[in-house]
Parts: sequence; structure tokens; C-alpha cells
Amino acid sequence: MSIKTYREAINEALLQEMKKDENVIVIGEDVAGGAGTNGEQDAWGGVLGVTKGLLKHFGRERIIDTPITETAIMGMASGAALTGLRPVAELMFVDFMGVCFDQILNQTAKFRYMFGGKAVTPLTIRTMYGGGLRAASQHSQCLYPMFTHVPGIKVVLPSNPYDAKGLLIQSIRDNDPVIFMEHKNLYDTSGDVPDESYSIPFGEANFTREGKDLTFIAMGQTVAICNNVADTLKKEGKTCTVLDLRTLSPLDEDSILEAAEETGKVVIVDESYPRCNVATDISALICQNSFDSLKAGIKMVTPPHTPVPFSPPLEDLYLPSEEKVLNAAKEIL
Amino acid sequence: MQLSREELLKAYQGMCLIREFDDAVHYEFAADAMPGFVHLYVGEEASAMGICMNLNEKDTIASTHRGHGHCIAKGCDVTDMMKELYGKKDGICGGKGGSMHIADLSKGMLGANGIVGGGPPIVLGAALTYKTKKMNNVSVGFFGDGASNQGSISESMNMASVLKLPAIFVCEDNGYAESTAREYAVGGKILDRGKAFGLDSHEVDGDNFFEVYEAAKHVIDNARNGKGPALLHIKTSKVYGHFEGDAISYRTKEENERIKNDEDPLKIFKKKVIDAGLLELTQLENIENESKSKIKKAIEESKDAAFPNPNDLLTDVYIKY
Repeated sequence: MSIKTYREAINEALLQEMKKDENVIVIGEDVAGGAGTNGEQDAWGGVLGVTKGLLKHFGRERIIDTPITETAIMGMASGAALTGLRPVAELMFVDFMGVCFDQILNQTAKFRYMFGGKAVTPLTIRTMYGGGLRAASQHSQCLYPMFTHVPGIKVVLPSNPYDAKGLLIQSIRDNDPVIFMEHKNLYDTSGDVPDESYSIPFGEANFTREGKDLTFIAMGQTVAICNNVADTLKKEGKTCTVLDLRTLSPLDEDSILEAAEETGKVVIVDESYPRCNVATDISALICQNSFDSLKAGIKMVTPPHTPVPFSPPLEDLYLPSEEKVLNAAKEIL
Repeated sequence: MQLSREELLKAYQGMCLIREFDDAVHYEFAADAMPGFVHLYVGEEASAMGICMNLNEKDTIASTHRGHGHCIAKGCDVTDMMKELYGKKDGICGGKGGSMHIADLSKGMLGANGIVGGGPPIVLGAALTYKTKKMNNVSVGFFGDGASNQGSISESMNMASVLKLPAIFVCEDNGYAESTAREYAVGGKILDRGKAFGLDSHEVDGDNFFEVYEAAKHVIDNARNGKGPALLHIKTSKVYGHFEGDAISYRTKEENERIKNDEDPLKIFKKKVIDAGLLELTQLENIENESKSKIKKAIEESKDAAFPNPNDLLTDVYIKY
């Protein structure tokens, strides 16, 4: 066990799985960097350095730099998965799903069902999401509800370095297509991560705080926000549960209902656009199944229904914050 | 002539089976006996057979919405395919795919495709598997003149060229994308698009089995030997419309007659092999009769077969969830 960043945890998962299984390959834009140049090879190791260092272990036959061509990347990775490899394809920013969604939505996600159960597509798509880097409307979106909406894909949102490593190893070993979503604000966060290989099963949400007065339901970066607010409220004499969903598809419905019923007061914190997002979905789930346990209306903390703004004060206003979450909690406590 | 008598017979058997299959679907669909919508390959048979006779069982293809011919040429079972078209449980995809999603991975058939230009990016992946695992195989992506205008095709040709993949792109140009003419919708030449990406690119008369076979042999052998990807631009025509029920009012009567009488790849094949004394007329007629009875039987079996069970609705979304 040692302290590692979220970025290092992801890199270590890739390194260990690639050493273990020669069918695992990495495909993407600048995943090594420097292809075709006379300068440094592995110049970038991914745009934020997540895959840095893999090239020297595995060479360009397994760390494959591609042109900027997302449809061909996603299609190639899907076809390779369908024919015996176990690719990890990088979609640099999730926003770029706009230029390649057909290969995910209409091809990969549907192979198994429409081919009558005969297809096995062990594909992992790694992608970066979320706001806070002043990256504006086309490089800051969450979009995980759009993938969660599609049957045939699994959607994974690690909230910390330990989960990032264990969930990525599970994603790579999983025989269904998985989209593994990395919040770009989390890359430099640190935590205890075992050096050895381990996997975390999908569909098992994680209770990061347990309390009696209120339940926060969170995913990805919003888990840390909710943990901090829960710690603040504890000082004020209120104990809260925080449930980290870990995977949106499959969704751990049992833990969500258990967490909601125990306190009867629920705040869901979701960084994605507010219409048809994870918060509205979970809210509906709780209302359908646990309505009688609720002591107050469910609160949702989400951005407004706008694109992500660039200007720092506007983006700060846009994103869920500890202050907004605390205020929402106090309204029903 | 490089082809043996057995190979010539196999070519004609394949083309006849495709013809009988889709002609039968044409009549069944018109009689309201078949659900969904279907796109027929009649008139393009020489392309599927000319290409696929150069492939082995471990090579792969990805097809289009007009995919029955490719499936048959790659060895899919016609009875299982027909059951699929009727939505039956024992169909080749358990009745969950239908005409546009026929696949048999055990035969190297990676799927017909309901998305125009959807298949070639997948072919890249199969070709990458062969390159990575140092396998002596190739993957072929079929698409039409309509799909040639999709970005996915340009992206795929470029990626195949950059990574030197054993991928063959086959543009079956039947002159029409739905009701719109190639002359209207294609800027420049399809052949030049392959050349622009550095692909070995050839234009081929798709009504002539022998010309398709020779061109395919050349580019597939090269790809197998590590010489990289290629484009075949196959000029052909389809007898029926875009989908069944299309009145084809955008084509003239003369054009329809010409396609049927002068551009029929089966008639052209038959004349060539008989004139050259390679096969006997009776051999060819026997094949025609065998194909007819095989498809008749496939339809009877399919009509009698059971539909999926209600619990089949929920299976096969994930392997484990």
C-alpha cells in the first residue's frame, strides 16, 4: 500500500493488466505521443499524462497512437474486441462522443443483443469528463447520463484513486463494453492504493459515510463534496450517510433504497445537466419504491440547464459546490 | 483461367442461392408474410461471390443493410437466415436482429449493418487483431456509393493506411443512394478517394464475376502478405429498389429493362462459361433447380418455426450485469 494519485492509480492498472494479458492494447490520440517525429517518443503519454511510461514497456504495437479520428478509433476498438483483443480505447474528452457516438451507440452496445447473444466485446473506453478546468462548453461536460441511457454499455465513475485502480482492472477484465469516466479534477488527488492488482465488482455502491439524519447520493467528483459537507454537519450534531454509486450501469438499486429509507431525507448531487440526468433517475427510483419512508422532498443539486461557461466566476456559479450542497441539506434537515 | 471446374460450380451455386433467396424474399414480402423492412441484393451477386471466394473461414467481413448476399457468400446458413427474417427463435440471431443485423461470428461474418457506413470502422478492428496477433488473415468492409460520402469511410481508409492494416474496402456502387443518383451525390470520383489515402485502388465491372474475382484476388493476396489496405470500386446495379415497396419511380423503364436483361451477373457468367466450354448447361440448370428447392424448403421451415419466448426479451443485453 502506498499513496498514489488518481492518475498514477489508472496508469498502474493499465501497466499491470497489460503485463498480465498480451491481448490488452491501448489505442488513442497521443496516448504515447511523438509518433512520426524525430523528437521525444512518449512525448505526452496522453493529453494529461495518464498513459505516460507505458510505451517503454509495450512498444508501439500495443500502445497505438492514432490520427485524430474518433469514429475510426471507436470502430477499430470495437472490431478488435469482437475478434479477440481486449482494447482500452481512449476518447480524449467525453465531449468528443459527438463525432463518434454511432460506433458506441449503434454498434458496440448492440452487438450482443442483436446478434442473439453470440458476440463478446471486451472493450474499455477511457474518457475524461467534468468541469472546473476553465475548459468551456466543449471540454467540460459530464454526459454520463447519455451512456447510462443505452442498454449494452456499462458506465463506471471512480471517485478516488483506490476505486480508479480497482474499477479499471474490473473494466478491462469485464467481457461487456465499458465506458470508464475519469473526472479531470481528480487526477491530482491522492489516496492509499495497494501495489498489487485487485478489482472492484460493478454494481456495488460504496458507503463513504454512515449517519442517521440525511443521505447524500453522489458519483465521481461529487463524492468528495458530499463527504466534506457530511463532516461539516457532523460538527453541528447531524450525522449523514454518503453513498458513492461507483457505477451508474449497473446501478446498485438496493443500496440506494436502503440508504434513502434509513434517513428518509435525500440529497442527490450530480454534476451533469439537470434534465434526464442521474439525479432525476435516482429520485424516480426512490419515489417509486420508498415513498412512504421519505420525510421530506428529495433535493437535487445540479448545474442549471445551460452549457458549461468559460469565465471563472460563471463556471464556479455553474458547478455543484460544498456551499450549495450544505444549503440543500439544511433545507430538509 | 485460374479457376477449377469445382470453383466455377461453387461460384454459380453461391450466386444462384443469393438470387433465389432474395427473389423469394421479394415475393414473401409483397405477400405481407414477412415483418420489418428488407433491402435486396438481386443484380449484385457477382460482387459478394467474387470477393468472398478469395476468403477463408477465419477471414472476416462486415456488411451493409443490403447484406443477404454477403452473408450467403461468407457461408451463413440460408435456413437460419430465413428464420431470422421471419423473427423466429431459431433464426441466426435468435430473431433479435432481423435482416439488417444478420451475423455469424463463427463464419467470420461480423454483421450486416443498419447504419450507412457503419461496418468499415469495425473491419479496422478485425484487421488490427490480425496484425497484432500476427495472423495471416484479412478483413473486408462492404459499403455502398451512398456510404462513400460518410466520414466513417474516409476515417477508416486513412486509419487503415496509417497502421498498414490488412483491410479491404469494397464500395458496391449500384448507382443510387436510396432515390438519389451517384452523379448527384458523389463529388469527384470514389476511386480517387481511395488513392488519396494511399490505398491500392481499382475500378471493377461488378456484373462480371471473373473481373471481381481477379481484382479481389490481387488486393486480398497483397493484404495477406503485409502490403496493406486496398479499395475496390465495384460498378454494379440492383434489380429491385432501395427497400421492398420502393416503386423505383426515379429510374426509367428503359433502365430497369437494361439492368434485368443486359447487366445480370448470372446470365453473363452462364454465357461465358458455356461459350468457353468450361461447364455444361445441364450442370448450371441443376444448380438453379437445387437453389430453388433449397430456398423453398427454407421458407416452409421458417414459417413453421416458433417465435422467441417472452423471457428472450431480456436476455443477451450483457454477459453479466
